[in-house]
Amino acid sequence: MSGAKQTTLERPRMPLGLLFCLPVILGLCLFTLYPVVASFYYSFTRYSVMKPPVLVGTANYSHLMRDDLFWKSLANTAYFAALAIPLGTIVALGLALLLNLKVRGQALYRTFFFVPSIVPLVASSVLWIWLFNPQNGAINALLRPLFARLHLGQPPGWFADPAWAKPAIILWSIWGVGGTMMIFLAGLQDVPEELHEAAEMDGATTMYRFRHVTLPFLSPQILFVLIMGLIGAFQFFTPAYVMTRGTGGPVDSTLFYSLYLFNTAFADFKMGYACALAWILFLLIVGLTILLFKSSARYVYYAGGEGG
Amino acid sequence: MSDEIQGRPLSTRAAIAAQGALLLLSAAFLVPLLWLITSSLKTDKQILRFPPEWIPNPLTFRNYPEGLAFIPFWQYLLNTTVLCVLSVAGTLLSCSLVAYGLSRIRWRGRDVLFYVILGTMMLPFQVTMVPIFVMFAKLGCVDTFLPLIVPHFFGSAFYIFLMRQFFLSVPYELSEAARIDGCSEWDIYRRVILPLSKPVLATVGLFSFLATWNDYLGPLIYLADEHKYTLSLGLASFSSQYGSYPGMLMAVTTVITVPIIVLFFFAQRTFIQGITLTGIKG
Repeated sequence: MSGAKQTTLERPRMPLGLLFCLPVILGLCLFTLYPVVASFYYSFTRYSVMKPPVLVGTANYSHLMRDDLFWKSLANTAYFAALAIPLGTIVALGLALLLNLKVRGQALYRTFFFVPSIVPLVASSVLWIWLFNPQNGAINALLRPLFARLHLGQPPGWFADPAWAKPAIILWSIWGVGGTMMIFLAGLQDVPEELHEAAEMDGATTMYRFRHVTLPFLSPQILFVLIMGLIGAFQFFTPAYVMTRGTGGPVDSTLFYSLYLFNTAFADFKMGYACALAWILFLLIVGLTILLFKSSARYVYYAGGEGG
Repeated sequence: MSDEIQGRPLSTRAAIAAQGALLLLSAAFLVPLLWLITSSLKTDKQILRFPPEWIPNPLTFRNYPEGLAFIPFWQYLLNTTVLCVLSVAGTLLSCSLVAYGLSRIRWRGRDVLFYVILGTMMLPFQVTMVPIFVMFAKLGCVDTFLPLIVPHFFGSAFYIFLMRQFFLSVPYELSEAARIDGCSEWDIYRRVILPLSKPVLATVGLFSFLATWNDYLGPLIYLADEHKYTLSLGLASFSSQYGSYPGMLMAVTTVITVPIIVLFFFAQRTFIQGITLTGIKG
């Protein structure tokens, strides 16, 4: 290719630009454009892959409204999102604040909090099945004396109990907040020290400084973490699948939206219905993201000056 | 992220309180990993003992050789390695080419294409999952590695974005000088831009490696033959089929986890840069 001498400066650049971008142009056609159109079409058909799709009009979408499992999976996902996202954000922020204090050993503590978040997903799921084991697991081994002391009876059955399976998965998700913590920590190190000093000079308490200096500076990161958390909750799949062997049990208590979608497509081979579920998922994510963005205009502060 | 700590010094009492909180929380985050390792060193009888023992006595190392022989571990490792190498190679090649075309060459329509690529990030994987599966099924590629490798050679929006941002920061005078010396655009890409872009190539390479090593959904959809399983798929299937051998299970889980943690210690800076840049969670 080095044959193209000295003329490259004057040549029309478009063919060259397109040539370099060829992989993504092909990729967009093959793995985005065509599948999006096909998925939209499938969502109006009955399709099991073995036989060609049969148009059924809006039957898939109207069936959704009457599908108990759809509503159940939506409720499970909402429950998970409503608890795991705020809790995870608060824990990550708390850890980041602690790590930002001027004490010894911070590099080590930072590693300790971060390492769980890089444990491969399947490995951490398998591990936590055993940690949550009601009889022999570490968690109940720690809780049992506490429960006995407080006369609460037996500790939770976790994955053996529909009421405790979701809290178990939420607890697991808190273990992996290391990445979010790093985002906050990076943000904290950008907060100008002069602002804290000025506020302190004016007699501001620690709490006041946190509320009026630190939080505004971190608000873009918080918005980012909330949006990613929301998208992640609707796409939450691997741990729920591995911990419950794909069943979403006990009694559908961990049947999250994406798990239901996967089972519809690849266990029941209802491809048309699965595509309808996927489009509803897309609309939910877009709608909720717009809502978060709109509501954020009031409290997100951009240090650069744009928006805000 | 620098290791020096900013901020004002704390009073002694506050420092002690902070140390106490940090120690306690560290324990909470580390206990699960310690439990993993100690369980892998117990016999199944010890694991099922009630109440559980925290430090195994005696220590058993049998679970490691037995666990790795009980499932086709080395086959899984080989499969995963093949997938990782090809996925990383495909991602680095395609994304760097595209990012170059989107940043170092001026042409009409360039920005439109860039925004289209960014826009695709909004699209959940689930929307395209079924048609892509159908496509590969019709090509007879189900139960092969192809559906897990080929897409990586067509670029991925976020990595293209990262690389483009990096390429934009390389001074244009370098390209001009190379052009005057008679370099083609390919030469500039290959000999000027790529060698200067090692940090971003390392970040993208690391994260695409981790994504493949950890991927569960992809192999779950496409792989049926047990001899083609990846480590993630093999571990999950081991866990669901042989829950009655917890010692071996914990040993295999440890073996799959340790390389990633070791990798983290060797590439801490790249990890943390990547995380803070991307917000990707493990």
